[in-house]
Amino acid sequence: MAEAAQQSIELTDISNAEDDINEFLTFMLAGEEYGVDILRVLEIKGWDDVTSLPNMPEYIRGVINLRGTIVPIIDLRRRFELDVLEYGPTTVVIVLRVQSEGHTDRTMGIVVDGVSDVYQVKAENVKKSPDFGTAVDTEFVKGMAAVEEKMVVILDIDHMLNSNELSTVDSLSDG
Amino acid sequence: MSIDISQFLDTFYEESFEGLDIMESELLNLDVGEADEEVINTIFRAAHSIKGGSGTFGLNAVADYTHVMETLLDEMRAGQREVTQNAVDVLLRSVDVLRSMLLSLKDNEDLDHDTIAKTHRELKVLLSGGNSPTESTATANTATESTAEEKVLGWTITFKPNADMLQTGNDPVRIIRELDSLGDISIEVNTEQLPELELIDPELSYLSWTIKVSGDVAEDDIKECFEWVEDECELSIIADKPEATTPASVPAAQERREGDRRQSDRRTSAKSSSKKPAESSSIRVNIDKVDDLINMVGELVITQSMLSQIGDSEEFDSAALERLNDGLTQLEQHTRELQESVMRIRMMPISFAFQRFPRLVHDLSSQLDKKIELVLTGESTELDKTVMEKIGDPLVHLVRNSLDHGIETPQVRLDNGKSETGTIELNAFHQGGNIVIEIKDDGAGLNHERILAKAIDSGVIKKEDKLTPEQVNDLIFAPGFSTAEVVSDVSGRGVGMDVVRRNIRALGGTVEVQSEAGVGSVFTIRLPLTLAILDGQLVRVGKETYIVPLISIIESLQINPEMINSVTGAADVYKLRDDYIPIVRLYDIFGIEADTTDITDGLLVVVENEGKKIAICVDELLGQQQVVIKSLETNLKQIDGLSGATILGNGTVALILDINGVMHLYQHSRKLSTVTSHQKIIAA
Repeated sequence: MAEAAQQSIELTDISNAEDDINEFLTFMLAGEEYGVDILRVLEIKGWDDVTSLPNMPEYIRGVINLRGTIVPIIDLRRRFELDVLEYGPTTVVIVLRVQSEGHTDRTMGIVVDGVSDVYQVKAENVKKSPDFGTAVDTEFVKGMAAVEEKMVVILDIDHMLNSNELSTVDSLSDG
Repeated sequence: MSIDISQFLDTFYEESFEGLDIMESELLNLDVGEADEEVINTIFRAAHSIKGGSGTFGLNAVADYTHVMETLLDEMRAGQREVTQNAVDVLLRSVDVLRSMLLSLKDNEDLDHDTIAKTHRELKVLLSGGNSPTESTATANTATESTAEEKVLGWTITFKPNADMLQTGNDPVRIIRELDSLGDISIEVNTEQLPELELIDPELSYLSWTIKVSGDVAEDDIKECFEWVEDECELSIIADKPEATTPASVPAAQERREGDRRQSDRRTSAKSSSKKPAESSSIRVNIDKVDDLINMVGELVITQSMLSQIGDSEEFDSAALERLNDGLTQLEQHTRELQESVMRIRMMPISFAFQRFPRLVHDLSSQLDKKIELVLTGESTELDKTVMEKIGDPLVHLVRNSLDHGIETPQVRLDNGKSETGTIELNAFHQGGNIVIEIKDDGAGLNHERILAKAIDSGVIKKEDKLTPEQVNDLIFAPGFSTAEVVSDVSGRGVGMDVVRRNIRALGGTVEVQSEAGVGSVFTIRLPLTLAILDGQLVRVGKETYIVPLISIIESLQINPEMINSVTGAADVYKLRDDYIPIVRLYDIFGIEADTTDITDGLLVVVENEGKKIAICVDELLGQQQVVIKSLETNLKQIDGLSGATILGNGTVALILDINGVMHLYQHSRKLSTVTSHQKIIAA
């Protein structure tokens, strides 16, 4: 009986934690720090050569083999139309699980300048983003989080990685 | 009660659909007049388990519906009711309705209440026709419908457990606690049955309760509390209406429940519109196949440990090298066997595709007033599940076609000295690495004169063209070709054989027809056993490696510069014997860099698709190998010119060319360039 009570307390603790605190993995992109929900991060790997796809926009770098799955790699600098940076030793690929409407979850990788940190942020500290000049289209911003006296832009990866050419819905190609 | 049963929903749906398939095929087997008891039993059992399952999951619309079917079947089973053609037809229609109900529920879509109500009525009429009890309830139903909409103030529940209910592990206290969570309750307990203390058997239940639940509580929720004990107690649930003069009767409650259902359906569909549940499909696998796999993996583990022993040994001499080689050979063999076994898991007997035809033939033959016997052979022939799913529609089309155009009406058949009943044979068998499906009818055969006339009419061929009989037969696969004099509901809507051929080609297969006037026609479909593996030719263009499906390659050749002709400066064609074949520069249409843009340095791979040929210019031919096809759509989407990707021996990804798509890209780029050159002329 006592054990059961103990368990239920622990359970509520966890659920409280889930309600209030979110963990974000942050990465650097052109001097700014961006965050993605850590539960969506499958792995972080170094940049490696990709197989490029024909007739795709520049920002879709190509596909890689991730243990038998074909995973597309998206260059975030190019996606946000920032200056292109030569890939260096800190350049990493963050592999994410992307949820899309009417489709099973997809796995995609994003190329960023470098990973930064993991923060725990209380939900109340994530604010709606004001419409000010980040390099990123505010459309893809879920909110802003204040961490250790700096701002982290929280990205809406589902929206971002389902837009335009990345959409699961095929645009009518006239080819 | 705290088990989350929703996790079993998928299994329930799967089993129900299987049950419906069984019901359908058995209903078709049912001999009108003198029905085989065992057949009726089978149908009854299937209906019963669907009813039971849907009740458990709270799918009351389904449960109620199936209940009526079950009652009907029960009477047939007990011999109280004759099996009439009408009854079978109504039951078949009900199977359709049930299937669509389950489908809608599965996808969280609204139910088609009109159709459901219609067949429900038909079933009821059928039931009352024999025994006459339901006429009155039907009127009661309409009478109480108006009151059903009224708001409920609360419910009065009388609950009297059977004495032995506790032995089934059900505790009334828990049920009451559950009710308490729904709204305010007041409880009166009836202790009349309670014996003297010394006579009490603690395993028996003596009490009964009257429980008033106040507030706006759905009857469904209350019923759910009693779900597990329904058969073990006396239970009545009565609604407290504002002017509670007449307690609502059962049909009214049913009506209400339908309403609730509808409402909750709408709610869930609103929720689901934002995110539709991802489609997951499963297959049932014979346990032998799984055992095979386990064996194989065991072997693999042994080989692995053997190899690692060699790696661990202190000295590495020539004896170790030999053992290493042996180990690697073994590893290769096991890997191949493992691959084959895994492929076999995806294989299913073709009976899954065939099983819909008895029904189709049954329905169509009565619709067309023809007498047709369907013969199925080779149903256990196995093929890949994906191929199976995609071959269904073309097969249906071909069978409908044979029924409609092939088999003659009984009168015509008799006049031609044939038996009144026509035969359609579906036959499947393996041949080489392919599966062959034949659709054979003993009908009129293809009418060459009409096909020719129609082909000349629609400009597919010219009047002077001399065609062999085979070529004439092949004309029916030309786009927009239908010889049906009357556009019927069954076939002949213009979208015809060309779609069938296109679909089959998309699967990497072929379809052809042989026919003899007055004797019949045979359609032969050849399909690869699996879509998961492809024989490919690896080619290199610049830094990229592409895979060309071997099946579409006619030949590969070194370029002879004299054979290149330039057409209007925009396109090159290559003269190969008597053919002029357009040269496609892959680097051009794919926007990549090749070693050289001077095609005389490259190689040509001549490929064919749908009778058209192109020569793809590549830098180097690398080699041939079997590749496992991986989808690009899983994580990205369909890309023009590519049918998928694969992983090469060195772990990198290579893209597989879709010849049809490449041709489209090529034509498109040509169109663009002719437009621009045209504009240039105008500008000049």
